[in-house]
Amino acid sequence: MSRRSVIPFGPQHPVLPEPIHLDLVIEDEIVVEAIPSIGYVHRGLEKLAETRDYIDYVYVAERVCGICSFMHGMGYSMAVEDIMKLELPPRAMYLRVIWAELSRIHSHLLWMGLLADAFGFENLFMQCWRQREKILDIFEMTTGGRVIFSVCKVGGVRKDMDEDSLKIILKTLDEVGGELKEIETTFLTDKSVVYRLKGIGVLTADEALSLGAVGPMLRASGVGQDMRLTGYAAYGELDVPVVTSLDGDSFARCEVRMKEIHASIEIIRQAIARIPDGEIAVNVKGTPNGQSFIRLEQPRGEAFYHVRANGSKFLERFRVRTPTFANLPALLKILEGRSLANVPVLILTIDPCISCTER
Amino acid sequence: MGRFSRSPWVIHYNGSSCNGCDIEVLACLTPLYDVERFGIINTGNPKHADILLVTGGINAQAAEVLKQIYEQMPNPKAVVAVGICAASGGIFADCYNMLGGADKAIPVDVYVPGCAARPEAIIDGVVKAANILDEKYAQFKQKKKRKRENTHEA
Repeated sequence: MSRRSVIPFGPQHPVLPEPIHLDLVIEDEIVVEAIPSIGYVHRGLEKLAETRDYIDYVYVAERVCGICSFMHGMGYSMAVEDIMKLELPPRAMYLRVIWAELSRIHSHLLWMGLLADAFGFENLFMQCWRQREKILDIFEMTTGGRVIFSVCKVGGVRKDMDEDSLKIILKTLDEVGGELKEIETTFLTDKSVVYRLKGIGVLTADEALSLGAVGPMLRASGVGQDMRLTGYAAYGELDVPVVTSLDGDSFARCEVRMKEIHASIEIIRQAIARIPDGEIAVNVKGTPNGQSFIRLEQPRGEAFYHVRANGSKFLERFRVRTPTFANLPALLKILEGRSLANVPVLILTIDPCISCTER
Repeated sequence: MGRFSRSPWVIHYNGSSCNGCDIEVLACLTPLYDVERFGIINTGNPKHADILLVTGGINAQAAEVLKQIYEQMPNPKAVVAVGICAASGGIFADCYNMLGGADKAIPVDVYVPGCAARPEAIIDGVVKAANILDEKYAQFKQKKKRKRENTHEA
């Protein structure tokens, strides 16, 4: 009988940009069980809502995570707007959609790079991040920031995009979409890449649903669940293509994210074509009283926001359920029975964002 | 140009940052900024590293890990605190689980401001840290020389 041993993985590991610790119980190089321990990034920012002004708190909400920072700001703002019954001008809604979809493209490109790095394809990593810089240039042009841009606020957005910026966005997206095809070919057809991804870490649709997986993880298992279909912001007026795959393996998760980049480019094109003129924000008067639940689709999946206010300028409770937290049980499931060498790639296929998870 | 400013190797540890500075540190390695042309490589092994880049503030659990990484690095070594959180705790300074900046756990040589710190600023910080490494190395050499002379006299 083979001996069991425990291999610690993390918190500081070359493949992880963020600290998470897994105790991998292995038997002959095969993972029998993975026991996660978290808490390296816990800051306690939800509690900060009780001591910060509800308008200023957007800045804190944006810093839940630096990758989907815009969407966290947007989720929080939407929850407060919902409590205060604010009617947002349509232009603000469209601008939010454009920034949110750009964030999705940047996040997916970032993930593709990290995945390539995890299976040792340095060149592909660089190519993905080269494309990503073009998206960051758009952010810098329209908001002034590269990763955290504090452009969303309660009652609308802070900055407007003029005609020229919109044209530059379309031009850049054409470029990125074109160059992405080449990267895509490598990801989807290169023998060594396919060998590392195909048939590894299979999650069936039933398992994904019962473990509560969200986002691309769930869609790669064949369940077409996407919160954008609920029509928040301006998504109701746009045609949102939902990308799914049936295989549920690492390759499917890669494929889904890659196609989602094209879907996001398509959504931005629609939004730019239909964006109405007008104001970009409404005046916010008074203080919120009541509570609200908001669900929205982040690059990593469905995020859930709960805000409870008591009529003062400080909130009573702010709570986020982030997509990576929902995907962790599914990760532990796909790790079981895989060899140790596959662990880094499998961890990356859920697109972990530990800073979101622990807040 | 000194011994270390030619090719300092860096290691990156995420304290409890929001990821913003982390991805900017990684962006430094990629084609637009490409620090590898200066011989800077991001290594995963503290025993190969000269410069430690810390992003994000520190909580009690991360402080232990950070101390361990710092102790495993060979002398001379320099620490760069990237971003306002690593410098002072930043926006999270009031959070109940935060101890503060990276200097609560280990000595810090260079502070890079910004939220998130821009890649240009991070590269500048690393260059400054490389010069500090050279100074530290010179001091180390001198100390060794003095020690040798003392033993000769005795």
